Formats: sequence, structure tokens, C-alpha cells
Amino acid sequence: MSSIPLSAFLVTALLLFCMGLYGALTKRNAVIVLISIELMLNAVNLNLVAFAKYGVGASIRGQVFSLFTITVAAAEAAVGLAILISLYRNRATVNVDEMNTLKK
Amino acid sequence: MTGELLIFIFLFLVTITGGLLMINLTKVIHMVMALVLTFLGIAGLFILLSAEFVAVVQVLIYSGAITIIMLFGIMLTKHSEEEPKTGWAKKGFVFTGIAIFFFVIFFGIRNLSLGPQAENLHEKNTEQIGIMLFTDYVIPFELVSVVLLVSLVGAVILAKKDGKEKEGEEL
Repeated sequence: MSSIPLSAFLVTALLLFCMGLYGALTKRNAVIVLISIELMLNAVNLNLVAFAKYGVGASIRGQVFSLFTITVAAAEAAVGLAILISLYRNRATVNVDEMNTLKK
Repeated sequence: MTGELLIFIFLFLVTITGGLLMINLTKVIHMVMALVLTFLGIAGLFILLSAEFVAVVQVLIYSGAITIIMLFGIMLTKHSEEEPKTGWAKKGFVFTGIAIFFFVIFFGIRNLSLGPQAENLHEKNTEQIGIMLFTDYVIPFELVSVVLLVSLVGAVILAKKDGKEKEGEEL
């Protein structure tokens, strides 16, 4: 039996999520924005695994779901980076506030 | 003060320190390196939650693969070494919004507890995950493999040099 309460893990995940959100909204380098999104996905994974141990009807399912999240996050990182590189080739910038082709 | 609590506090500090460094450092490469700290801390927390398999996957995929791929992204694109500064007004606005979000959620979860803990997660953890994957979650499992294949092909097509008119042109 674990003596650590569920809310300790949830608060850790909440802090990580807030940091990721802050980074995604304020950073201007597109790679850092992608990384901040990874941080938010990690917070979600932590919640899933915590609920796998402490949740209602706790079972291994939470861990299986976190594996799915990790896979989809990896796919997202690969595609996001490919888009970034092709955008950089066309516009020669990685600053998100200079990526405004849709506005014009 | 049990040993388990001490380990939790240590991992918590590692995780949060990595995140704070990520936000506050100025050089882009250092930010990615700070993030490795966070990923390793989260892997430790997974072990604490008796999810050994997920912890190993976390170390392999996040602190290995995703960090390297992000470093490649940084090196393949010319960036100003320092992260460009965002205006204080915007930062303040975003920070206020996130602080409100934080406190609303925090007061929701601070005393949350749901039922008894699962007892048998640490016994043959990987075997349990495998059985679950190939009984209840076969279709999602196969779909995830399709997603991976599509993203692989998509990434190659997106990132390859396009057009014959640009043949021989340096990047």
C-alpha cells in the first residue's frame, strides 16, 4: 500500500500542465512550442497512470491508455517537426509570430 | 516521514525544477536539456505508481527519442541562439489566465480520493499490460500501428526536398 495521496500526483501533473500551457502560449520558437505541448501530454500521462492505481475501479487500463498517448505523441512530434522543417525551407523562419501566411 | 514520501518529494522537485528551467532558460538547446530532467522525473513517478513498463517506455521514447528529434529540429533550422523575448504585457496576461486555471483546478483536486488503491499492479506488470492490449484493446492497438505508419510516411513526404525545379539547389 502506498502512503502518498492521489492529490499529490494530481497536483504535480497540474503544475506540469500549467508550465506547458505557459510555454506553448508565450514562447516564440516553434520547436519550444512543440516541446511545451509534449510537456502537457506528459502531465496527462501522469494523471492516467495515477488513476490506474487510485481511481474508481482502479485497474491496468490507465497504463494501457498512457501507452497509447505516448505513441500518438511520438507521431505528433515527428509530423510536427517535418512540417516545421518544410515551413523553414519556404519561409526561412521558426518564429511562430512570423508564420502568418493564412492571414494574408 | 516514510521513505516513499521522501522519494516522492525528490522526484517532485526534479520534475518541477526541469519545467521551471525549461521556461526560464534563454538558450534553446538548454531548454531541451532541462526537459530531459522533467521526463526522467516523471519516469520515476511512474515507478512509484507501480507502472514499471510505462516508466521504461517513458525513458526510451521521451528522454531518448523525442529529445533527440527535437535537437535535430533545432539544429536543422537556423534560429537565433537566444529565444526571442515576448512582450511583458502578453506574458502577464497569459500568466494571469493560467494562474486562475491553476487555482480553480487546485481547489477541485486538493482533497480528492477515489476508492481503494489497486493492489496487484506491480505483479507481472508487463504481462498484465500485454494481456490487456491483446484482449480488450486489439483494435486500438492495430489502429495505433496504422497511425505510426501514416505519420512516418507523412513526415518523410513533408520533409523531403520538393519539386524538380529546385533540383541541385542547396538548402
